[in-house]
Amino acid sequence: MVVKVYGPAYASPKRVLVCLIEKEVEFETVPVDLLKGEHKDPEYLKLQPFGTIPVTQDGEYTLYESRAILRYYAEKYKSQGTDLLGKTVEERGLVENWLEVEAQSYHPPIYTLTIQILFSSKLGFPRDENLIKESEEKLAKVLDIYEERLSKSKYLGGDFFSLADLSHLPFTQYLVDQMGKEYMIRSRKHVSAWWDDISSRPSWQKVLQLYPAPSKN
Amino acid sequence: MVESVTRRSTDRQDQKFPMATPVKVYGPPMSTAVSRVLACLLEKDVQFQLIPVNMFKGEHKSPDFLKIQPFGQVPAFQDESTSLFESRSICRYLCEKYAEKGNTGLYGTNPLAKASIDQWLEAEGQSFNPPSSVLVFQLAFAPRMKIKQDQAVINENEQKLAKVLEVYEKRLGESRFLAGDEFSLADLSHLPNTHYLVNASDRGELFTFKKNVGRWWGEISSRDSWKKVVEMQKQTT
Repeated sequence: MVVKVYGPAYASPKRVLVCLIEKEVEFETVPVDLLKGEHKDPEYLKLQPFGTIPVTQDGEYTLYESRAILRYYAEKYKSQGTDLLGKTVEERGLVENWLEVEAQSYHPPIYTLTIQILFSSKLGFPRDENLIKESEEKLAKVLDIYEERLSKSKYLGGDFFSLADLSHLPFTQYLVDQMGKEYMIRSRKHVSAWWDDISSRPSWQKVLQLYPAPSKN
Repeated sequence: MVESVTRRSTDRQDQKFPMATPVKVYGPPMSTAVSRVLACLLEKDVQFQLIPVNMFKGEHKSPDFLKIQPFGQVPAFQDESTSLFESRSICRYLCEKYAEKGNTGLYGTNPLAKASIDQWLEAEGQSFNPPSSVLVFQLAFAPRMKIKQDQAVINENEQKLAKVLEVYEKRLGESRFLAGDEFSLADLSHLPNTHYLVNASDRGELFTFKKNVGRWWGEISSRDSWKKVVEMQKQTT
């Protein structure tokens, strides 16, 4: 049975797709049209009661929340593909630390920017310029801390590419492409080098090629 | 001025697990994120030393503290040479490193159980925590700090939290705990914010008026580990 990943056009599901490619795990995708509200259909809510994407189906087993899915497959297939977790409990601890940083500090402002800049007119509400400015300032502060971290460590979780770095790929791609805010990355020397490194991985390039993002606002 | 709170392990555990250096947790017990880690340490029966950080004096923004937590937030954590932050990652680390201590099922005993726990830990972190932590600040902390409450913000977040709790109500009608039949890290992660909302605000009914959520809250909040954390919070106010 091949694992099914719902919502490949969008950012959060892309975390799962790039992880599965890194782990050399076959998968299928099932489109979900957010603009048509398919994520709020009763059938979808049976799989994912919060009405968000992604959800994965692996035979009878359903799992949601992209970062939970990442952890499950990175562990299940630990002995194949790229090691995304580290070799020791201590290495894993640091990976988890920076994965939580992404979830708690990086994601909220960049998600707000994504909704406001890329989806507001499609979703039918006016852009909130104050909120955009605030979110960009918050994100800038986080990136300053990343700059310091990456001046001492090749990747966020240590000296190896891990789930902590991978989790940043989809929304950061929106930031530098569709949102036109590449300067936030390029103005920070170590963040810039890190971004070039992780975004040029063949796995990520394949995801972008196979599952283009929805077109601009 | 270092306070030491060490939890004694039982004699039987002393024979199986020789006394290790206590881990260090930095931050005040009243902090929701610090109390999340304390609850986990107590569930896992891991000896710890709690090092106070005076946030009113801005100690969490001092250069020394920023070295161990560059975002200037609590908690920070050290286990010998391993230095970590972010409460949920500290909890995961404790469960892996001390898998055989204390509550051995806290993070699941097989991959599917663990994945379900991670799913609900993420739901807590991404859906429950944002609105509930705003409400904790507005309703429980702002008055104490003489900061003016923002009614619009309270209303908005109460609505968001109510929607999330509808999903929980359904889930907890099908399952004793969030991730399955056993108490897990996923339930534990909800203790800090819910405690303040139920006990230090007038919005407790968001939880207690729901049949299944109310039942679940009663169960998880009466665990010995959480009672001890509440005691620690009271002692340091």
